[in-house]
Amino acid sequence: MSTLIPSKFSRRGFLRTSTLASGGMLIGFNLFNACKPKAEMPVDISKLNYNDFNAFIKISDEGMVTIFSPNPEIGQGVKTSMPMLIAEELDVPWEHVNVVQGELDTENYTRQLAGGSQSIRKGWEPLRQTGATARQMLVNAAAARWGVDASECTASKGVITNAKGETLGYGDVVKEAAMLEIPENVSLKDPKDFTVIGQDAINVDIDKIVTGKPLFGLDYKTEGMVYASVLRPPAFGKVLASYDDTAARAVPGVIDVVKIGAKLNAIAEKNWTIQMGSSEKVVVIAKTTWQAIKGKKALQATWTDDSTLESTEYQDKKLFEILDGDEFTTKREDGDVKKAFAEADEVIERTYESPFLPHNCMEPMNFYANVTAEKVHLVGPIQTPERTAEMVAAMLGRDLKEVKLEMTRMGGGFGRRLYSDFVMEAAEIADAIKKPVKMVSTREDDMTTGVYRPSIKYRIKAGVKNGEITSYHLKEAAINVNMYGLIPHFFPAGCIPNYKVDVGNYKSNVTTGAWRAPYTNFLSFAEQSFFDEIAEITEKDPVQLRLDLLQKVKGTTDEKIQYSAERMEDVINLVVEKSGLKTPKDGVYQGFCAYYCHNTHVAQVADVVLENNQPVVKKVHVAVDCGVVVNPTGALNQIEGGVVDGVGHGMYGDFKFKDGMPESNNYNSYRLIRMKEAPEVETHFVKNTLAPTGLGEPTLPPAMAAISIAITKATGGRMYKQPFIKNMPKKEVIG
Amino acid sequence: MATYNLKINGKTQSVEADDDTPLLWVLRDHLDMVGTKYGCGIGQCGACTVHIDGNATRSCLLQAAQLEGKEITTIEGLSENGDHPVQQAWKEVDVPQCGYCQAGQIMTASAFLDKNPNPNTEEIKSAMHANICRCGAYNRIQKAVAIASEKNS
Repeated sequence: MSTLIPSKFSRRGFLRTSTLASGGMLIGFNLFNACKPKAEMPVDISKLNYNDFNAFIKISDEGMVTIFSPNPEIGQGVKTSMPMLIAEELDVPWEHVNVVQGELDTENYTRQLAGGSQSIRKGWEPLRQTGATARQMLVNAAAARWGVDASECTASKGVITNAKGETLGYGDVVKEAAMLEIPENVSLKDPKDFTVIGQDAINVDIDKIVTGKPLFGLDYKTEGMVYASVLRPPAFGKVLASYDDTAARAVPGVIDVVKIGAKLNAIAEKNWTIQMGSSEKVVVIAKTTWQAIKGKKALQATWTDDSTLESTEYQDKKLFEILDGDEFTTKREDGDVKKAFAEADEVIERTYESPFLPHNCMEPMNFYANVTAEKVHLVGPIQTPERTAEMVAAMLGRDLKEVKLEMTRMGGGFGRRLYSDFVMEAAEIADAIKKPVKMVSTREDDMTTGVYRPSIKYRIKAGVKNGEITSYHLKEAAINVNMYGLIPHFFPAGCIPNYKVDVGNYKSNVTTGAWRAPYTNFLSFAEQSFFDEIAEITEKDPVQLRLDLLQKVKGTTDEKIQYSAERMEDVINLVVEKSGLKTPKDGVYQGFCAYYCHNTHVAQVADVVLENNQPVVKKVHVAVDCGVVVNPTGALNQIEGGVVDGVGHGMYGDFKFKDGMPESNNYNSYRLIRMKEAPEVETHFVKNTLAPTGLGEPTLPPAMAAISIAITKATGGRMYKQPFIKNMPKKEVIG
Repeated sequence: MATYNLKINGKTQSVEADDDTPLLWVLRDHLDMVGTKYGCGIGQCGACTVHIDGNATRSCLLQAAQLEGKEITTIEGLSENGDHPVQQAWKEVDVPQCGYCQAGQIMTASAFLDKNPNPNTEEIKSAMHANICRCGAYNRIQKAVAIASEKNS
């Protein structure tokens, strides 16, 4: 059965078709903008025009479907799940679908960015509409050939059937379909009729991954390509004074040593994605990666102090000055917190502290660039190709049309590849040496010249009167920027009559930026741990305390509040049931939390046991409401990864500075979670037919909270500072 | 610069490289075999794991000069058609997220299962502990190694 869903936008404006010279039908479409009036559909499959279209679907004479997918892949599986939406409504078996990563051109791309868990949410409606429109055209073509009305025909699994039971395959009618007018209103399936959505679709790149085929930026290579290793300042606040490259040039294989930075620095201030300071850098060019790295080690450079060389102690002092001061920007204010605190029976105030965190993508930053008189060719792993191409064009003084950026699969993103500094460097190097070149960061380069999750401190104060939380005041002290968007309107906004969020920051020369689930990755722990402590102090059940608060936001008319009390209740009830929270087992200490971020509602219960009086996280139970689960295997992978990442960084993540210099530079001095420390993750979905929301981020923030609360139950001590491993309460052993 | 004859995936290859060049970069830059990944360069992450005479070894810490006469196996040569039981299990479980560390994980797992075909959960965890998966796909890696061991037996 299908239901006619009125389209919010005319598909006619968003979609064009052509007949390919080599056979088959090509559909070009745009997801969020209408096609330009002059946009012409290619008839040659090797000349897909990404200036005019987001993506293409090719249906061959054999009925095989190739989707040229625009979205980059950083591990969240969108390269698999987004094409599933098209395949569902086009009604082809998933086995007949092949997905090819589209290369980037720069105009008209509206959502070619992987970040913020938004890909699937934004693509849900338009991708299905596109698939359904293509299906309707194929049905119309078959109906015309049979001389019957299209309403008498049905399409399923790539085959069109008429009332007499005659059939035609999609491939049989592609030529006629491509000539037809594009239908205006099309039917979308009822979710209960989905055959592709909701079924496991294995990662489309899996064969290549398990056999070691070239996929990633670091694997990309061209004839005559050379390698570049960049010497950047050893500390934040230092700039290059002079250098001697005699020894570096003597290293076998070293071709050249060049200085870069002037071009990048000239435009850096205008772009939020470049915060790399104003230093010039020295680049060793060599025939191989190893020779470039050796050449860099042989460079002799001197540096001068340009701005404050910050140490962790200095940063902590600055952040406490903000918390203790009164210079804040108010992000939300309801009622009168001051008055409510004065009238409260009890006022509770706690301070929470987090360290800096590097992203540590397993594939270090790298990019290929070739700058010639005709064009600028860039290839590699970047989450923001469109903006990056614009910035490279601006930096090199080139027309944007001359910049061709191709995306590779990415060996992790976590926010780091939103920033283009390493692409800009590669482009500036290529421009200087006039050769195709691959800039490769070593792990040490990657970890010590990062774009870090900044250290953040929260001070939260709550007033309790007659057993009810009547006031809540959260202060945030952060570095460079504060929480943004709707975060100040997340829970418990709307649940407490007197509510205030104040933020302040100081400007540091340490580069900072988005890190998986920006801001909420630490806020969740502070806030949820705080509520658990209030429950303890007021002798309430921590689950009931959340449920009681949620009652108060129901029916709110405040449009800024996007979290849903009902959906939050659903995940809470589900996790309570599945985790056995009400029927505790001997020796298992459970920590509960519930959190909303990135449009998805999540509740978690962590199980901690004591081994040799040390708390060990054994298992995390997760309940998720992400609407329709498009690809269950991919969704579970994201959820498990988010939880393990949250447990790992909450427990171990620590990154300190001494006089501007990072104190960790590789995995022997920076601890990442490993197999034996990873808890088992058990996931349960709230089943509904609501539009899907993202999963790349939402399970990470609550994991840090759930384990901290469980550790408190196990040890009796509370943690206010990450990493937990260095602030772990000791279990009092009596007797 | 010297010439080394290395036996890689059953085939002897002649490579010219500086004598301190790690096997990792010989494979990637000199021989265009990019399945073996660079992660840390100091033997901490396992992304560059290959087999030397059947033992899982970090290729970032081995120099070409040490390897003449040894049998080197990389992810490209683990099986002819990508159907080694460990590779099959990896597909069955849909292990990868970003996928970057997986060649190293698979090489560690396959060498481990050769020596211990029927491991228990704790043995699997210990064997895989030295390979970092930044995406945190540890639950699935553990499951895939267990499934591969069943396929073997």
